[in-house]
Amino acid sequence: MNTLEQAAAGTTARRRPRRRGAFFRGRLLHIWTWLVITWLFLPIAVMILFGFNDTRGRYNQTWQGFTLRWYAELFAIDDLTVALVNSLLIALLTMLIAGVLGTLIGLALGRYRFRGSGLMKLVMFAAISCAEIIMGASLLSMFVTLAVPLGFWTTVIAHVMFSVSFVAVTVRARVMVVDRSLEEAARDLGASGWETFRLVTFPMIFPGVLAGSLLAFALSIDDFVITNFVSGGTVTFPLWIYGATRVGIPPQVNVMGTLIFGVGVLIAVLNAFGGRRR
Amino acid sequence: MTEIQVGRAAAGPAAVGRPPDRPEVPAIELEGVVKDFVSRGEVVRAVKGVSFSIAEGEFFSLLGPSGCGKTTTMRMIAGFEEPTSGRIRLHGVDVTDVPPNRRDVNMVFQSYALFPHMNVWENVAFGLKRKKVPEPEIRRRVGEMLEIVGLTGREKSRPRELSGGQQQRVALARALVNRPRALLLDEPLGALDLKLRQQMQLELKRIQREVGITFVYVTHDQSEALTMSDRIAVMNDGAVEQLADPREIYERPATAFVASFIGTSNLLSGQISAISGDVATVRLGDRGRVLLNGGGHRLGESVQITVRPEKIRILPGEPEGDVSAVPGVVSEVVYLGTYNSYAVTLDGGAEVTVFEQNAHDSTGTAERGDSVWLSWQPHHSYAIGSASSR
Ligand SMILES: Nc1ncnc2c1ncn2[C@@H]1O[C@H](COP(=O)(O)OP(=O)(O)O)[C@@H](O)[C@H]1O
Ligand SMILES: [Mg+2]
Repeated sequence: MNTLEQAAAGTTARRRPRRRGAFFRGRLLHIWTWLVITWLFLPIAVMILFGFNDTRGRYNQTWQGFTLRWYAELFAIDDLTVALVNSLLIALLTMLIAGVLGTLIGLALGRYRFRGSGLMKLVMFAAISCAEIIMGASLLSMFVTLAVPLGFWTTVIAHVMFSVSFVAVTVRARVMVVDRSLEEAARDLGASGWETFRLVTFPMIFPGVLAGSLLAFALSIDDFVITNFVSGGTVTFPLWIYGATRVGIPPQVNVMGTLIFGVGVLIAVLNAFGGRRR
Repeated sequence: MTEIQVGRAAAGPAAVGRPPDRPEVPAIELEGVVKDFVSRGEVVRAVKGVSFSIAEGEFFSLLGPSGCGKTTTMRMIAGFEEPTSGRIRLHGVDVTDVPPNRRDVNMVFQSYALFPHMNVWENVAFGLKRKKVPEPEIRRRVGEMLEIVGLTGREKSRPRELSGGQQQRVALARALVNRPRALLLDEPLGALDLKLRQQMQLELKRIQREVGITFVYVTHDQSEALTMSDRIAVMNDGAVEQLADPREIYERPATAFVASFIGTSNLLSGQISAISGDVATVRLGDRGRVLLNGGGHRLGESVQITVRPEKIRILPGEPEGDVSAVPGVVSEVVYLGTYNSYAVTLDGGAEVTVFEQNAHDSTGTAERGDSVWLSWQPHHSYAIGSASSR
């Protein structure tokens, strides 16, 4: 801004200070918001777009025309399909196991003070903040030391291990805000311990359980670093893509990415909608 | 308004504390109940050996200042806290070790504790469903109960869509629909504003008469306890100081604490200087005398006497006859609408509060600075802690 502009801005600001300020603030915020959204969305847009690219060669990097061919031939590459199925299975199992374990841990940590609960909390946060590369390496040493054959199940164990903390922390946060007298009221009205959990506690903490479990799914399905250490011969979706970078990533990967993203968006929308209704 | 049936058949076979059909057995009995809490390594005795029994159909209040152990006592009756020692019996059956879901009492929580994810109907039906009451009967009883508390038409509402008073009614209906042997209410009106609170006091009393269920009512509001209760246990620092009906508590406080906690009262102390027949005299300063009934006193005995402010009359000169007569100077006059409140400083320095109805202002409206005589009947003097005055 040169002095002239400053002077001009100054006079106008003095004449109509509030409206001018509000105008700037409103407009700037608007522009900024869209910049951030674009920034976040651009890579995804490119991924989606190149799923429709009518590419001929091995490299899917220049736009060559629109086609739906890759959607039709989604499962044409057997190895890729196997990798995707592996990833989905592992992510689902991780979500379920980490969901149940994490919920129980979160409940215990949020509700009771017991011997070792402080240590437990520490371990949870340590697991969250630990670098993946270190966790992967140490898991590998552990499995090798214990002579556990690497593969599908070691991957599941590893994924549960690193995602369970996220579930526990999310559930714990939710448990802490649930009024304890609700559970007492249920007991008072004749509910057994299990009925109290099923009818009152669980519905109350469900948003936390759902958020935590979905987080576990999301963490699992795109994990590369730890999986790379412990998966043995089992190839997951991220591992397959990484392996394919040198020979060219087929457009099917973009399509699968698009579909996974689409499901994610759908869940987010449902969540927002459900959240408003609640 | 539907008349609610007082039949209790459907509360489930598992509930403990059903009456063995002997009306003389108290609904609730506490015997030497003690509760210690351990907080940060320190043992805190919240309840220090409380014993009382509550009769069937009684409106019983636990009254006391915040932190005196009312909630803890109630939670032990409900089964949420286990007594450190002592026994609790419901209808003669020892339930000290019975979990809350198997005790035949229900509780209304101070925070209401309505289930936010259920609507009004589901909240009220919760207890009956747990007891596997047949569906048609659930429908009938929940409908009836919602009518009694005036919430018909709000069945589908969520608790947070209701006002405080309505939530309070749902909480009440949810407990009462189970036809418990006793209903425990922990400061149930504490969160309501004054007007609604007074309205709900009458409402609660009406409902209690209608359903004929024993109410145990926790409050720190003495006027609430006095208006609603059949009997009141005044608690202080984990112990019951006095257990009596509201009139007795007000007229004859057993301890200085009860006297000061319930309403306004004047505390005078002195020594018995004369006894003639049934009337004892306590000299107060050079000119003052306080007369009290009771032959049980000894000459020279030190006594503490309470007098309620509305029992005292203000006179321009020394009264004659067998009445208390104490001189003083009016130090403050406060106009309070239906009555005036006077603060009178006695010769010895003690201050006495006097209420006087505005209706008969001709008798003795005193001004600030006036020298006056205070006078009251011997039976309005009450010596604290003396059995003879009862
Ligand atoms: N769970 C608890 N742990 C430790 N101390 C408690 C607990 N519950 C109550 N207390 C203590 O017991 C005393 C009586 O509490 P409470 O029964 O809630 O009083 P009130 O209901 O009369 O206000 C208080 O000093 C309180 O701090
Ligand atoms: Mg309390």
